[in-house]
Amino acid sequence: MLQVEGLTCRFGAKTAVDQATFSVERGGFIGVIGRSGAGKSTLLRSINRLVEPSEGRVMFEGIDVTALKGNDLRRWRARSAMIFQQFNLVGRLDVLSNVLMGRLAEVSTWRSLLQIWPDKDKAIAISALEQFDMMAVAAQRADSLSGGQQQRVAIARALVQEPDVILADEPIASLDPRNTRIVMDALLRINKHFGITVICNLHSLDLARTYCDRLLGMSAGRIVFDGVPAALTDRIARELYDLEAGEVMGTSPEQGIDGVAVPALGAAMA
Amino acid sequence: MPAAVPKLPDDQLDALAAAYAGATAAKRRHVFIGGILLVLAVVLAAWSSEVSITKFSENVWRFPAYFAGTIPSISLATFSADVAEWLWGIKRWLRLLGDTILITYLGTLAGAIGGFVLCFLASANLVRSPAIVFVTRRTLEFCRTVPEIVFALIFVLAFGLGPLPGVLAIALHTTGALGKLFAEVVENIDNKPVEGVIASGGNWFQVVRFAALPQVLSNFVSYALLRFEINVRGAAVMGFVGAGGIGQDLIEAVRKFYYTDVSAILMLIVITVMVIDLVTERVRHRLIGMESDR
Ligand SMILES: Nc1ncnc2c1ncn2[C@@H]1O[C@H](COP(=O)(O)OP(=O)(O)O)[C@@H](O)[C@H]1O
Ligand SMILES: [Mg+2]
Repeated sequence: MLQVEGLTCRFGAKTAVDQATFSVERGGFIGVIGRSGAGKSTLLRSINRLVEPSEGRVMFEGIDVTALKGNDLRRWRARSAMIFQQFNLVGRLDVLSNVLMGRLAEVSTWRSLLQIWPDKDKAIAISALEQFDMMAVAAQRADSLSGGQQQRVAIARALVQEPDVILADEPIASLDPRNTRIVMDALLRINKHFGITVICNLHSLDLARTYCDRLLGMSAGRIVFDGVPAALTDRIARELYDLEAGEVMGTSPEQGIDGVAVPALGAAMA
Repeated sequence: MPAAVPKLPDDQLDALAAAYAGATAAKRRHVFIGGILLVLAVVLAAWSSEVSITKFSENVWRFPAYFAGTIPSISLATFSADVAEWLWGIKRWLRLLGDTILITYLGTLAGAIGGFVLCFLASANLVRSPAIVFVTRRTLEFCRTVPEIVFALIFVLAFGLGPLPGVLAIALHTTGALGKLFAEVVENIDNKPVEGVIASGGNWFQVVRFAALPQVLSNFVSYALLRFEINVRGAAVMGFVGAGGIGQDLIEAVRKFYYTDVSAILMLIVITVMVIDLVTERVRHRLIGMESDR
């Protein structure tokens, strides 16, 4: 079980996450929603300590994650795999090597630096890639792949970490509708079959409602909504996204934009 | 609960691993052959140029012995008088060192400007025409492979004795050295901003100014400052051929066996380089700090 207690992250005078408190049961699929700048990424990144929290605690199964150091911290990062919006692969390494990055915490340093991977770790990486039909491109450079393919490699990398939690930071924001489906379905499959907790930042309310069994709504760094998708009324959604009445639906990329009125000049600045 | 990644059956795994090994075999073979060639080349070079370890170990003592001979005798009783005698020419040497630094400064500045102008033409990612890249690269190569002391000799013949040939020699060599390093930095930039500016209708100069320059500037400054430090040493020997600076006194002291003068001048040069290193490091960190603050 993951518990976040009074978590606060400041960058200078800016408070990106403000007193966030919630807990997540094992096996949940949690969506974090809110406008851009609401603090969603910072929240996720403070859970795996890519950013240092200024205040508060993160507990995972009795371990105080915020106090971890050195080896223990690296082990925690391996247990809480992150998936990024921009994939964050090493473009100049081949695809299989990128997936093997997910085994770094398990393999001894000298072996990994010489790229002499143990057979067991190689088998796991190959199995994960093949699961996404990606072994055909295993020897190619990662930056030669399309966005959708790169994200599948990134998910394979996350999976071979054999994580307890997957932190996905807008994993589909750079993808087309078809790849969006593939990636979200993969996350759901991982969640349901292997019981891995997924915490996923999402822009699209429709996707959040479809895939998640619980939503956290963030606004200006605070958690202002915490409940099942059905409890997210249009009124709350409007407040979260600061929209006019009736604008809530149609935020998914699949839906057309016909019937949209031409916004007034300067509206984009608001 | 099943593992996060269900392992495939062994025969399927083996087939996939073999396919991957086959696809990466060429690359691994190249690295291996390259490594062997490197070792062979080192052995061959050592053998054919008659690098003799025994000769080195038999004579290595001479090297510190020469330096030991240059150390002045300074006793505690007459400390200040001894030091004053050792540094008898300090006024003249400091003036010459000042000349050396000015030569370095002007030469590095002119060379950095030359390298800056040429580096973009030598970058294959910004210039379509392979001919321009080729010619620019060869020009830069010529500038940096001719030793600066040789340039200085030629310029002394052309312009006469004095600091001007020194400045020109350093400028030319620096153009070649920095142009190459700068071009390498430019070739490693992220192409996305370049495409962004091209797609907005920018011409070549605008692409260089707005897409390339912001990505490379801090690296350029680091390399130019490093070159400044290297050039102090280069300029210190310019005087050997009459191209100005402290070198003229250093070579005279070496030739006429004024041992203590050699150590005094060398010490002054070392101190100068250290001071410059400390200052340029400060400047560099300032620049990097400013970048990350934004
Ligand atoms: N490294 C950082 N330095 C300074 N400010 C940051 C940093 N990261 C995020 N912020 C600020 O914190 C706020 C929340 O950002 P973020 O967590 O990325 O929001 P979201 O992911 O919801 O769009 C934003 O105002 C952003 O500008
Ligand atoms: Mg974000």
